[in-house]
Amino acid sequence: MLPMLALLLVFQLAGEALRHALALPVPGPVIGMVALLLTLVVRGWWTGPAAAVPEPLARATNALLGHLSLLFVPAGVGVMTHLALLADEAVPIAAALIGSSLAAIAVGGVLMARLGRRP
Amino acid sequence: MEDLADIWVYLARDPLFGLTLTLIAYLAADRLYRALGLHPLANPVLWAVVALAGVLWATGIPYDRYFEGAQFIHVLLGPATVALAVPLYRALETLRRSARAVAVALPATVLVASLGAIALGLLFGASDSTVASLAPKAVTTPIAMGISERIGGLPSLTAVLVILTGILGGVLGPPLLSALRVRDPRARGLALGAAAHGIGTARAFHEGAETGAHASLAMGLAGVLTAVLLPLLW
Repeated sequence: MLPMLALLLVFQLAGEALRHALALPVPGPVIGMVALLLTLVVRGWWTGPAAAVPEPLARATNALLGHLSLLFVPAGVGVMTHLALLADEAVPIAAALIGSSLAAIAVGGVLMARLGRRP
Repeated sequence: MEDLADIWVYLARDPLFGLTLTLIAYLAADRLYRALGLHPLANPVLWAVVALAGVLWATGIPYDRYFEGAQFIHVLLGPATVALAVPLYRALETLRRSARAVAVALPATVLVASLGAIALGLLFGASDSTVASLAPKAVTTPIAMGISERIGGLPSLTAVLVILTGILGGVLGPPLLSALRVRDPRARGLALGAAAHGIGTARAFHEGAETGAHASLAMGLAGVLTAVLLPLLW
C-alpha cells in the first residue's frame, strides 16, 4: 500500500514538474494520470492486458477510489464561505447547471445511440 | 479540574478536530446513503458537507481553521486523480470496440456541458469568476478544481457546483434518456459519465456493467478533454 501511494505521488509530482517546465494548461495530477495510463499500456504489451496492473497497485487504487467521495468533503464544506455568492447568483447558477446538464446528457445519449448501432 | 469550556476551546483549535469531524460526518452520511439503497438524493458528499457546515456555523469555527485539519484528506485528491488511470486502463478494451462513436459523441457532450454552462451563466448575468467556476462543473472534482484555479474561478465554489451537477445528472439523467428512447447501455453510460462524472458513473453501474464501464471511460476522457480545452479557450 505505502510503496504504491509513493508511486502515485511520484507520478503526480512528475506531472506537476512537466506542467511547470512546459507551461501546459492541464493540472499536474491529470498529467500524472495520463503518464500512468501510458505506463500501463506499455507494460501491458509485455504482460498482457490482464496482468498489466500489479496487484499492490490495484489494491491501493481500490482503497483510494473506494472512498473517493470522502476526499471531496473538505473542499465541499467551503460552500459556507460562498453562501452569499450562491444566493446572489442563484438564478444564473441554477439555469447553467440544470440547462447544460440536461442538454449534454441528451446530446451524448442520442449521438452515441445513433453512431454506435451494433451491426 | 479544567472547565469544560476551556477544554472545548483547546480542542476546537487543534487541527485534529477538523480531521476527525470530517471522517465521522462522512461515515455517518455514507451509512445513511447505503441504508436508503444508494438513492441519488442521499448523496454522502452532499449530506456530510451540510452536516459539517452546520457544525462550523453553530460553533463559530472559521472554515480556515477547520481546513487546517481537513487538508490532510483534501491532499489525497491528487494521488486519487492519478489512480483514475487504473479503471481507465481496464476500460480501454471496451473503448476500442465503440471508438468511432465515442470519438464524436464524447467531445460533443463535453462541449455542450461546458459551453452550455458558460453561455447560460453569461445570459443570466453571472459574474466572471462564477462563470469560470461553472465552466468545468461536469468533470470529476480534482480535475475541475484544478481547471477552475487556472482560469480564474473559485476552486471551492467549483467543488460545490461539481457535486450539484453530479446529483442533478444522476437524478434527472436516466429518466431523460428513457424519454428520448436511448436504451443502448453504451450510450446511457457515455452520457452519464461525461455530463455527471463520478456520481453519474455510480448511477450508471446500477443500470449494469456495460453502462458503468462506458461511464467510467467517459468520465476519464471528459476530464482530460475539458482540462485541455477550457484553459485554451479562456
